Amino acid sequence: MSILVNSDTRILVQGITGSFGGRHAQLSLAYGSQVVAGVTPGKGGQKFAETVPVFDTVAEAVAETGATVSAIFVPPPFAADAILEAVDAGVDLVVAITEGIPVNDMVQVKAAMQGSKTRLIGPNCPGLVTPGEGKDSHGGCRIGIAPGYIHKKGHIGVVSRSGTLTYEAVWQLTTRGVGQSTCVGIGGDPVNGTSHLDVIRMFNDDPDTHGIIMIGEIGGSAEEEAAAWIKDNCKKPVAGFIAGATAPPGRRMGHAGAIVSGGQGTAEAKKQAFRDAGIGVAETPSDMADTLLKMM
Amino acid sequence: MNIHEYQAKEVLARYGVAVPPGNAVSTVDEARSVAADLASQGHTKLVIKSQIHAGGRGKGTFTDGFQGGVKLCNTVDEAADIAGRMLGNTLVTKQTGPDGKQVNKVLIAAAEEILKEFYLAVLLDRACSKPVIMVSTEGGMDIEEVAEKTPEKIIKEWVNPGLGLMPYQARKLARALGLTGSLINQAVKLFIGVYNAWWKSDGALVEINPLCIVRKPDGSESLTAVDAKVSFDDNALYRHKDLAGLRDITEESPLEVEAGKYDLNYIKLDGNIACLVNGAGLAMATMDIIQYYGGSPANFLDVGGGASKEQVTAAFKIILSDPNVEGILVNIFGGIMQCDIIASGILAAVEETGLSLPLVVRLEGTNVAQGKKLIEESTLDVISADSLADAAQKIANAVKQAS
Repeated sequence: MSILVNSDTRILVQGITGSFGGRHAQLSLAYGSQVVAGVTPGKGGQKFAETVPVFDTVAEAVAETGATVSAIFVPPPFAADAILEAVDAGVDLVVAITEGIPVNDMVQVKAAMQGSKTRLIGPNCPGLVTPGEGKDSHGGCRIGIAPGYIHKKGHIGVVSRSGTLTYEAVWQLTTRGVGQSTCVGIGGDPVNGTSHLDVIRMFNDDPDTHGIIMIGEIGGSAEEEAAAWIKDNCKKPVAGFIAGATAPPGRRMGHAGAIVSGGQGTAEAKKQAFRDAGIGVAETPSDMADTLLKMM
Repeated sequence: MNIHEYQAKEVLARYGVAVPPGNAVSTVDEARSVAADLASQGHTKLVIKSQIHAGGRGKGTFTDGFQGGVKLCNTVDEAADIAGRMLGNTLVTKQTGPDGKQVNKVLIAAAEEILKEFYLAVLLDRACSKPVIMVSTEGGMDIEEVAEKTPEKIIKEWVNPGLGLMPYQARKLARALGLTGSLINQAVKLFIGVYNAWWKSDGALVEINPLCIVRKPDGSESLTAVDAKVSFDDNALYRHKDLAGLRDITEESPLEVEAGKYDLNYIKLDGNIACLVNGAGLAMATMDIIQYYGGSPANFLDVGGGASKEQVTAAFKIILSDPNVEGILVNIFGGIMQCDIIASGILAAVEETGLSLPLVVRLEGTNVAQGKKLIEESTLDVISADSLADAAQKIANAVKQAS
């Protein structure tokens, strides 16, 4: 078991003929994931990597291939439209990898998605991986841009706003012989589709996930909200890390969401919320896996 | 992207927001002519405001001892004199840091009689992903202090992004501020104008503090944006070419501007250990672990997912132009990037820049063994590290020993 996606998940890629989307679609295919369709308006009828059919619209791709998840690799000016096209086509999950989408576009996307059955992950996220059974976790479901081989099939759920920090946690687990159920990057933007808490709830309900690593960063209050829920509801051990203790207030640290304003969203406040909720706090990013393993 | 007060007022005025009459100038002659114009319109009091991207101007001090970056005066001669003292001078406020900022423009405006002060802001409420407009009767105060001590004095109205700010919402806010009579309709026009300016120009923040009821020369009362702060969402500037032109590069750190040319995300800090990392989250975490092991980070630097040799070389040059740097930590999780390619990029950059400071490199990911081998076999003085903790300890120790 896993959350959101598994080895059988049928994936379509919007922007598959672009260099970024194409490269990562290729890597997902090489990982053994079921990339069944691509969408690039005007390029319908072509084949990607000689095997994957390309369609003009998401609706056609879904009708022809039964894809249930769309990965968005289209450039920022067109990303909001691409997300809503996938929602309109009725896919279960949209994973928006695109970095640099205007915030107001995402405000509109979020409002437009009210009441739809589609879940959005991202934008500005590394995507998600459910590791497979094969060598270097081959045969799993890789959607997005994470390196597949660092994973190992197992029972730890990982959720994070940051890409490379997720890889760091996953790699710490894998090198200690501990595998992962699913690893989810929810993205670093201030308006995103899925929160830490949404993912934690799914991990809590997944019988195959036995422990959770939650990686947060300065800014906003999503980590505090997740911590409050964990305190009352989570049946599984959770370890966490917050990046940005040394970031100066008021400066945006790479991620648009990572900004401390008016004393809100500081690393110390978030760590305290974690401690209050019984979440193990990794004092350095080198201790994320060990902090969780000590609790299990 | 931040802009100056005078630019913010120009943007707001386009959306029908009332601002005090005035103009920004960069010479004493222009100052005299603007002041004379205002005087001829019947304005007996003028205000001269230093234009820098930092708050606390009124209580600031110029490096030559001249007090106050915002000054009131009564005559054209005085206005020209004050403008002359400010222009080209360097203003230090609680927000500029000890070096202060050079004043290249001053805003000369009518200082109308203020009858009442309010606060107004529009921004994104991250918690619900909706725009929020906030007003308060506590105008002219530090709003963060108001939020902490008397949160009930901040009134919020959330906006449906499909509809925009509705007039009934604006009327609610106007009444919450205690406005009556014709001032209610003035407030509706102003609030909707401010919201539209924020939404249509992809603002990050519009803040008007204070928003004032002022008495015009003809005796009427007017709701006016006496100060204004506007910043924009960088990701949306591609569709606002006119607003992008408002950028004042002299207000930004030269190293950060240089980094931007190479798509590097660099922010200078005060420490002595520089870091070069791929990914924003990992870059922040690397700064944190440097501090944890007794060092002090000199910068945030995210080279992005697919850093090229040119980017790595540019990054080294930028890091090395900070005179406080005494050591460098490179931390790359080469997920998709290959570590051997990164390693040769680093070695080339070290050679090209003639690096003489301690350098610790931690590589992880694809082809990591080949990457480490390249570094270990190099005749250059590069210390290889195994984990993030190992790397942070090694660079902190190396810097301690060298000093």
